[in-house]
Amino acid sequence: MTISRDEVLYVSHLARLEIPSEEMESLASQIDDILSYVATLKEADTTNVDPTAQSLSLVNRFREDVEGETLGSDKAVENCHDNYDGMFVVPKVVKN
Amino acid sequence: MELYELSVADARKKLDNKEISSVELTKSVFERIDKLEPKLDAFLTICKESALKEAGLADEMIAEGKKSPLLGIPVSLKDLICTKGVKTTCASKILENFVPPYDATLVQALKKDGAVITGKVNMDEFAMGSSTENSAFKITKNPWDTKRIPGGSSGGSAVCVAADMSLVSFGSDTGGSIRQPASHCGVTGLKPSYGRVSRYGLVAFASSLDQIGPFTKTVEDAAMVMNTIGFFDPKDSTSFPSDTPDYTSFLEKGMKGVKVGIIKEYMDAKGIDPEISDSIKKSVDVFKSLGAEIVEVSLPNTKYAVPAYYVIAPSEASSNLARYDGVRFGTRVETPELIEMYKETRSKGFGAEVKRRIIIGTYALSAGYYDAYYGQAQKVRTLIADDFKKAFEKADILLSPVTPEPPFKIGEKTDDPLTMYLSDIFTISANLAGIPGISIPCGLTSNNLPIGMQLMAPSFEEGRLLKAGYNFQCETDFHKKRPVI
Repeated sequence: MTISRDEVLYVSHLARLEIPSEEMESLASQIDDILSYVATLKEADTTNVDPTAQSLSLVNRFREDVEGETLGSDKAVENCHDNYDGMFVVPKVVKN
Repeated sequence: MELYELSVADARKKLDNKEISSVELTKSVFERIDKLEPKLDAFLTICKESALKEAGLADEMIAEGKKSPLLGIPVSLKDLICTKGVKTTCASKILENFVPPYDATLVQALKKDGAVITGKVNMDEFAMGSSTENSAFKITKNPWDTKRIPGGSSGGSAVCVAADMSLVSFGSDTGGSIRQPASHCGVTGLKPSYGRVSRYGLVAFASSLDQIGPFTKTVEDAAMVMNTIGFFDPKDSTSFPSDTPDYTSFLEKGMKGVKVGIIKEYMDAKGIDPEISDSIKKSVDVFKSLGAEIVEVSLPNTKYAVPAYYVIAPSEASSNLARYDGVRFGTRVETPELIEMYKETRSKGFGAEVKRRIIIGTYALSAGYYDAYYGQAQKVRTLIADDFKKAFEKADILLSPVTPEPPFKIGEKTDDPLTMYLSDIFTISANLAGIPGISIPCGLTSNNLPIGMQLMAPSFEEGRLLKAGYNFQCETDFHKKRPVI
């Protein structure tokens, strides 16, 4: 057993996912299978091996700090569930 | 011959000679779509009206003497490539009604060239899957046997081209999502090098692995398409700042002196179907008869490729998919509390496989596990890339199967995600190393199902793949075989 049911529940919360209790059993077992499988990575000898984050030799590339074409706030909020005056509307986050 | 059956190269000649018009070609493609779509379920959005308008404009441009590879050619797009004003759903409920306010760089390039966009095609939700069964909207069928999966995640793209519902389709490949469905549907599928085709406007799955590429009927068509889509894009920070060659210049006969490497670990892999092994051996003989030199190479860390991928890809996905929280775009489930809103929205919006991968990725990146999982996977990635570097000292290109098995039956592996993951065993390493790979039809099983061969080359050496693939297709006719639907 690589991961417990409680850990799956905790990680789901971190990822902002709600797993219905009837799905928990099979999900936890599938995730355990997958994690046990990927754990074979531990067998690889990686002493003195540098990690690869991506396969290109590129480093951060910056553009000139000049104004370019932008969408504009009216377009940017078009796909939002609820918007007001070019802004995204969300449930209240500051308590009274 | 019907117009929808044409390759890009043949259509190009007929369009430029004014033998046919783009409107006629496009209408023919839509007749085909009307006839087959109910059986195959490849499309999520069909853009008939705008496509016919684009075709009319293309005909005007042709009349004015404009020349470009895809001018007036009907193409379709996997539904994770942003199209201004046309829904882009990623086959997910969470983006069911998302209409991008801008075009992906790829789409801008296609429009500039005068290509005709016929619609958006089905895929595994957020490109996570190997069968296109993970779409929230429909299950796409393999045109060779409609009880079987077309492969994935770009299943809709492969089916479109295999069934002549599109001359070209664009997909994306994170661990084999172009090459595997191309193999299962008997078409040519090219995954260019990481950084060769702009990903600006491609919905991100795993940013260090994703790459856009074409599905075509021939290698020659793939070269023509690359001339339109392979260029440096300042809007994509991983786009490689170099000039691109004329990809059609590699379409020349002759394989003398070319060293073709056979990967020991791939040929010895357990569970590889004997008919696939046999087809691969025959393909090696074709190259031998063309004067190529066959050498054996070793990729000793192959056994770690799938495990490394299934740490890196879900980790990056868990981060990329954090943006689907119901705030800026996509579906929102209304609740009074913010955290609840996030949870309800994401839980209702994502399908099972996406949730599994988000949880795995979140776990692998969480405190206490990062070094053991993500850190170790990134180091293994270096070992895998080094294996390829050594192999390419001995060989110019590598030849292997694309998949261990022919396409399986719909529903056969849905309850067993791990077995599904293993179907990407031969394709995943190329993404980890960032190198290009192409899938080319090389046989049919006794059940009349397509078999594909994979060729791989060092980064930015797509030309070697196009040359070898072109020579193979000059000698064989597997790419000309079409399913009876």
